[in-house]
Amino acid sequence: MFSALNYRIGFFLAVRQIRRSSIWTNTLIVSVMILTFLNLVVVSGILVGLIQGAVDAVRLHYTSDIIISTPTSKSSIENSPAVIAALAADPRIDSYSSRYLEGATVEAGYKEQHKDNEKPNIASAGVSGINPQTEDRVTGLSTYLVEGSYLLPTDYDQVLVGAYLLKKYLPIDSPGFSTLEGVAPGTKIRLTLNGVQREVTVKGIIKSKIDEINMRIFMTDSQLRSLAGRSTYNVNEIAVKLKPGVDPNAVRDALIGQGLSRVAKVQTYADAEPKFIKDMIATFALLGNMISSIGLVVASITIFIVIFINAITRRKFIGILKGIGISGEAIEISYILQSFFYAITGSIIGLIIVYAVLQPLIAAHPINFPFSDGILVAPLSSTFLRMSLLIVATIFAGYIPARMIVRKNTLDSILGRN
Amino acid sequence: MIETKNLKRSFKNGEAETLVLKGVDLRVETGEFVAIMGRSGAGKSTLMYQISLLDEPTSGEIKIDDVDTHLMSPEEKTQFRLQKLGYVFQDYALIPELTALENVVLPLLMRGMGKKEAYLLAAESLEKVGLRDHIKQLPSQLSGGEQQRASIARAIAHKPDILFADEPTANLDNESSKTVMSLFLELHKEGQTIVMVTHEEQYGRMAEKIIRIDDGQIIGIE
Repeated sequence: MFSALNYRIGFFLAVRQIRRSSIWTNTLIVSVMILTFLNLVVVSGILVGLIQGAVDAVRLHYTSDIIISTPTSKSSIENSPAVIAALAADPRIDSYSSRYLEGATVEAGYKEQHKDNEKPNIASAGVSGINPQTEDRVTGLSTYLVEGSYLLPTDYDQVLVGAYLLKKYLPIDSPGFSTLEGVAPGTKIRLTLNGVQREVTVKGIIKSKIDEINMRIFMTDSQLRSLAGRSTYNVNEIAVKLKPGVDPNAVRDALIGQGLSRVAKVQTYADAEPKFIKDMIATFALLGNMISSIGLVVASITIFIVIFINAITRRKFIGILKGIGISGEAIEISYILQSFFYAITGSIIGLIIVYAVLQPLIAAHPINFPFSDGILVAPLSSTFLRMSLLIVATIFAGYIPARMIVRKNTLDSILGRN
Repeated sequence: MIETKNLKRSFKNGEAETLVLKGVDLRVETGEFVAIMGRSGAGKSTLMYQISLLDEPTSGEIKIDDVDTHLMSPEEKTQFRLQKLGYVFQDYALIPELTALENVVLPLLMRGMGKKEAYLLAAESLEKVGLRDHIKQLPSQLSGGEQQRASIARAIAHKPDILFADEPTANLDNESSKTVMSLFLELHKEGQTIVMVTHEEQYGRMAEKIIRIDDGQIIGIE
């Protein structure tokens, strides 16, 4: 059957057939293989990357590598200074940002005369008391400023407002949700927090891919403590940024080992991912696989047609080869090797395009989806799996038409009889 | 030696069946140069395709060197053709992607010959037909006569027991036809058995024996 001699002859024929066939034919077939490879890898990679971008954005903009938060049964992290001291003592931690959180209502245009039936210019918001410098070091909050300027630690009665609290950025009007109109940097707004009212000035507007940030008001931690009447230094959450290369799981386990879990919830960014995000990643991966499978079938049919046409037009020569004593298996192997060549060449060029061009390019310039900076997720293991599937499918798609032609009567092939 | 008994070949076209060979009894001795001649449609090529094992007869027997070929599977026939037979086709039948040398070397490699030995033998064979300076050229770069000589070189490189030639001069000019025929005569002198189909009387007459065929039957042997 497929003896070493048949492989030798098959290789002899395949090499020469590829080398001496039209450069346009070779380019066309390899192009089909490249596009199929990209379809297999990039489509699902973008779909997964769309969600992964959202996950990465939450890590980058909000939770950082580890998030220490208030347990459900408590109102804040008890003995926060001791927790913070433990973080400061860990050499694997680069920086951290403590946040005080309160619920509040904000009102704009309250100095203007309103008609009786006119809806007040009011919205609900979470207020986050931060140290502007440490928060910026951990989450780069200042980079999400779209209007105005960033907070300084000495700023008093000044706030940053999340974009989704403003009608200008979120023009949605629904019964359970309202936004502020006519607010820009310099506008005075009234903040009501635990029954205390304070007039503050909007210093800047923050817009990020993370809804938690877009729905918040940021002010300095000292002012929020005084406004909310907090007498202790117990904070509500701490975002912890690790030094490059440090495993978040190891730090989390170490912090839990120090007893921090008794007063706070200690989670890595992955632990803190909501379940629906994990479900969405799985769903998009499934969708990507389904689309890829269709791509694989299309590629198989394409290569089948290409090889079939090639074999049909060469039917006479296949007949002659058989006539002069070349075995059918050797001829079939020559077509299998040609298919393998096209698949492997297309895949290697595809690999170069994905890993040397697309992935770095999209990482540097993410696709701007509304809720995520979409990246291309293409782990090597799954890429090689898809590449193997493509090669196997192509080999079969090349083998079947070759076998169909080789099995025809030798003389009929030579004479072109049906 | 080739021996056929009551060899028949028919072709079906829908319900209709046309009998092209009507029971041919033929004998070609080892070392003979035989020309099969007849008018167009007489069945001469069909007869050659049967005895050269390129086609399956409808009935009858073919013995080549006392081997009953009708008992062979298609794979065994391919192997038999490779080992024992050589072919020269009317339209040269060279593989377009292979150079003259590669066309000749291919069947030798298929016989399991080492690469060096095969290439040496192929080059010798091409030299014998006067194509030493054209061994690296593709068929498309050769003239018709040169292509036919390359085809002969491929057919004789492995020193076949029988050389079959189907209208080898039909597509050639006079000069090239004479060159091809003189090659055949030279091979015959060396003891090569040759079976040639031709409709050209002047070349048929160069053979040692002429088998005339008409309407699927042998009508005379000269």
